[in-house]
Amino acid sequence: MFAPAARLASKRLLEIRQLFRQSPQARSFSTALNYHIDSPDNNPDAPWEFSDVNKEKAKEILSHYPSNYKQSAVIPLLDLAQQQHGGWLPVSAMNAVAKVIEVAPIRVYEVATFYSMFNRTKVGKYHLLVCGTTPCMIRGSREIEEALLNYLGVKRNEVTKDGMFSVGEMECMGCCVNAPMITVADYTKGSEGYTYNYYEDVTPKRVVEIVEMLRRGEKPPVGTQNPQRIRCGPEGGNTTLLSEPKPPPCRDLDAC
Amino acid sequence: MGLGLLALRASRSLALNRLPRAFAYQNPSNNAIIRGIVSTPELQNPEAAAAVQQPEPAPELPPRKPVAGARVHFTNPDDAIEVFVDGYPVKVPKGMTVLQACEIAGVDIPRFCYHSRLSVAGNCRMCLVEVEKSPKPVASCAMPALPGMKIKTDTPIAKKAREGVMEFLLMNHPLDCPICDQGGECDLQDQSMAFGSDRGRFTEMKRSVVDKNLGPLVKTVMTRCIQCTRCVRFATEVAGVQDLGILGRGSGEEIGTYVEKLMTSELSGNVIDICPVGALTSKPFAFKARNWELKGTESIDVTDAVGSNIRIDSRGPEVLRITPRLNEDINEEWISDKTRFFYDGLKRQRLNDPMIRGPDGRFKAVTWRDALAVVAEVLHQVKAEEIVGVAGKLSDAESMMALKDLLNKMGSNNIWCEGNGSDPQADLRSGFLLNSSIAGLEKADVFLLVGTQPRVEAAMVNARIRKTVRATQAKVGYIGPPTDINYDHQHLGTGTQTLLEIAEGRHPFCSALLHAKNPAIIVGAGLFEHKDKDAMFSAVETIAKLGKVVRPDWNGLNVLLLNAAQSAALDLGLVPESGNSVESAKFLYLMGADDVDLDKVASDAFVVYQGHHGDRSVYRANVILPASAFSEKEGTYENTEGCSQETLPAVPIVGDARDDWKIIRALSEVAGIRLPYDTLGAVRTRIRTVAPNLLHLDEREPSAISSVAVKPQFSQKVSIAPFGAAVENFYMTDSITRASKIMAQCTAQLLK
Ligand code: SF4
Ligand code: FES
Ligand code: FES
Repeated sequence: MFAPAARLASKRLLEIRQLFRQSPQARSFSTALNYHIDSPDNNPDAPWEFSDVNKEKAKEILSHYPSNYKQSAVIPLLDLAQQQHGGWLPVSAMNAVAKVIEVAPIRVYEVATFYSMFNRTKVGKYHLLVCGTTPCMIRGSREIEEALLNYLGVKRNEVTKDGMFSVGEMECMGCCVNAPMITVADYTKGSEGYTYNYYEDVTPKRVVEIVEMLRRGEKPPVGTQNPQRIRCGPEGGNTTLLSEPKPPPCRDLDAC
Repeated sequence: MGLGLLALRASRSLALNRLPRAFAYQNPSNNAIIRGIVSTPELQNPEAAAAVQQPEPAPELPPRKPVAGARVHFTNPDDAIEVFVDGYPVKVPKGMTVLQACEIAGVDIPRFCYHSRLSVAGNCRMCLVEVEKSPKPVASCAMPALPGMKIKTDTPIAKKAREGVMEFLLMNHPLDCPICDQGGECDLQDQSMAFGSDRGRFTEMKRSVVDKNLGPLVKTVMTRCIQCTRCVRFATEVAGVQDLGILGRGSGEEIGTYVEKLMTSELSGNVIDICPVGALTSKPFAFKARNWELKGTESIDVTDAVGSNIRIDSRGPEVLRITPRLNEDINEEWISDKTRFFYDGLKRQRLNDPMIRGPDGRFKAVTWRDALAVVAEVLHQVKAEEIVGVAGKLSDAESMMALKDLLNKMGSNNIWCEGNGSDPQADLRSGFLLNSSIAGLEKADVFLLVGTQPRVEAAMVNARIRKTVRATQAKVGYIGPPTDINYDHQHLGTGTQTLLEIAEGRHPFCSALLHAKNPAIIVGAGLFEHKDKDAMFSAVETIAKLGKVVRPDWNGLNVLLLNAAQSAALDLGLVPESGNSVESAKFLYLMGADDVDLDKVASDAFVVYQGHHGDRSVYRANVILPASAFSEKEGTYENTEGCSQETLPAVPIVGDARDDWKIIRALSEVAGIRLPYDTLGAVRTRIRTVAPNLLHLDEREPSAISSVAVKPQFSQKVSIAPFGAAVENFYMTDSITRASKIMAQCTAQLLK
């Protein structure tokens, strides 16, 4: 299908892209480049359509918005497309979304490149996202990531050979009180069984266990992995707010 | 609550800096005490700054002139509000932004993202000004002016804000001005000189961005981009091609098309002017010259009938680039890509010397004397009615006048201008002009395009229609072959049949026309050469009558001409006597005419080609007389709306060429029928007797009578034939554009 020269060129570009990703100085963004490079599994000519079930869902989503503001549905639709396509958005999926909401494709590309939770390159069936923001970092997210990468034998944003796992980094997920944490986006069951779970208070040992469980098809318990804690409560039970709080001393609330 | 807050504030300021601050409040002149404590206290606390400055008596302000001729137009005098810019009161209409109010008050606010012809983005923050009682500096381009607003543009806060924004913008901007084509006319450069700091504090690595390929016209150096999104807004709003977008975010943000895609717009060159930095520059002009070495000549574009105002930038004998000049009535501040980039055709395939084709079929360079002698001799050997003259698309009014006079003196009146067809209607000016005027099209609310594709025929007219459609949701109906129109439109049909249906009121589009306030019909000049031209024009006039298109207060019946010479030719009465004069011609004088069907010319006819490019007609010519191009001469052109304008010589004439009218004048002398003018002024005096409107430069001369009122009704049978496309290749329409390499590249890459 491909002319040899074109194939060579695209291969070379892929190599460059790999190089770009690996170089330690490069700032790491969600899924690297802000432009598209044609590849056999990601090109505008590849056919892409919402599945029948998702077509219904898309209609449902569109019904939330006034009919002259269809473009408001871009984010939920991209999310749906991403779930359907195993966790990432090929350019043809973005084009399909553009068609549904009746805007120029570039308007969808803009959104998809802006949000780091839209993956524009292949991810594993389980996409593991390590929080790298300050609180988690202080609590050891670097080691967590290292443990994951070593265990899986991949680089960041690379997919394991069996296509099961990939590790990415993201910013604060609002779970700092249980830092460090990872998120597992589960694309094994398409958009129907899609889950996006937090695993909190992880340790390098525990994340590897979680991965092993996932590989065996088990469901690791979500939330905090520290048996001493209940949700985001302190280790070993509450230490404050043990009784009814007293009213503020400075004001007479009833008088207001 | 208000009182409580005030009390709180008072107690806080007392508690925090007990004596000195309280002291300073009472005695503002004694600032030195505070200085010692905080370096610039008035910048830390705007309220304090306001308090410090208020007691000063308002100084007598000299009246200021609005920036760049900014005008206020009050649609409704009740809507006027008064704001104070640096203490100077100005009246502005409601809804104007702070930045516009400042412009009217004569204060130029620095800006990058704001552009008066694009939507407001408000993302560069360069336009920050201080507004009294607002806690932070405000982005003046996005802030509506409110009654009584006190705007301050030269306070320390405003100054510091600008300096800070400038520092941020320069953080990721490469310091490559010495190798940047924008250098010298760069907004970033100028504004950092005027408003920036002399040093930055950023010591990290600068980012770099992959350059994008936008086609053969626009060169990108994306690392220089400051993300003002002007180009994105231009492409989306004015050019109507949604190709460009802003991708990614934060410091990874970049302008691009995501998937590799060329910018296929006929207006793409304008992003070069609009980009405030050197991120988008001209590819053909890249590294050719620094802009301060160029000599600018204000001139007129001749590649289409719009007559866009341009500046020809030249160095020595070479035209190096063409940029638009502002003319609100014609091209606003845009020009089409053809206008901007065809200039390299001026250097290629030029005719330098007079030449005569020898018996062996080859051209031999001769002297002017010999060439003119040969032409004069043949001229006298043929019968008067066998003499035919054709003026080309790029001819100016003066040379057409001279050619007509020459032929008339020889007893022939077989002269016309290319594109006008063999039987043009030249009696009523309203029959061939764009009567609503280009700017007037903005008032129309329904358009009917008949056999015209304005996008390729007159890109600037198309931009106007698009502007109108975007602004007012005007309806557009189009009759003609399927074509790419970049605004919402209805394709009503492909030819005469649809036109007749509308004329007879059978077509659904009729109701739109009938209900329109200012309907505009635009007929393509391509129909001039259609065989059922009269029937078609009468159908159009019936529609015009039906829809009340021509009224005393509105004339919406328009003809869109195709080339620069057409309307002047009709004004001068270049109408041939017989329809098939080319076939019967024995002496054919082609003045830059390259689109004449030369196969029809008899093999024993003597063909003189007077022109500047060795294009199609020279293959048949017997004698070549080299003439000057529009960039080398002073000439009058009338555009499609009837506005005459003038080209000025920017570069010297190539080789041994001469101005067109001078050649004809010389020929008349050699032929013994001397034309009575020796100077350009004298030619113009002669024009005054024929078409005085041509001499009223830069003025649109509307036609006095409208054709609907006086024309007799035709009722002819017409053949049901679809209309053809008048312009097949937007980039190559005349001898100069066909010689241009850049236009050839565009044809190859952009028209697929
Ligand atoms: S390329 Fe130029 S016009 Fe476009 S966003 Fe960047 S700086 Fe602005
Ligand atoms: S920093 Fe990791 S969740 Fe907030
Ligand atoms: S000009 Fe106002 S924010 Fe850019």
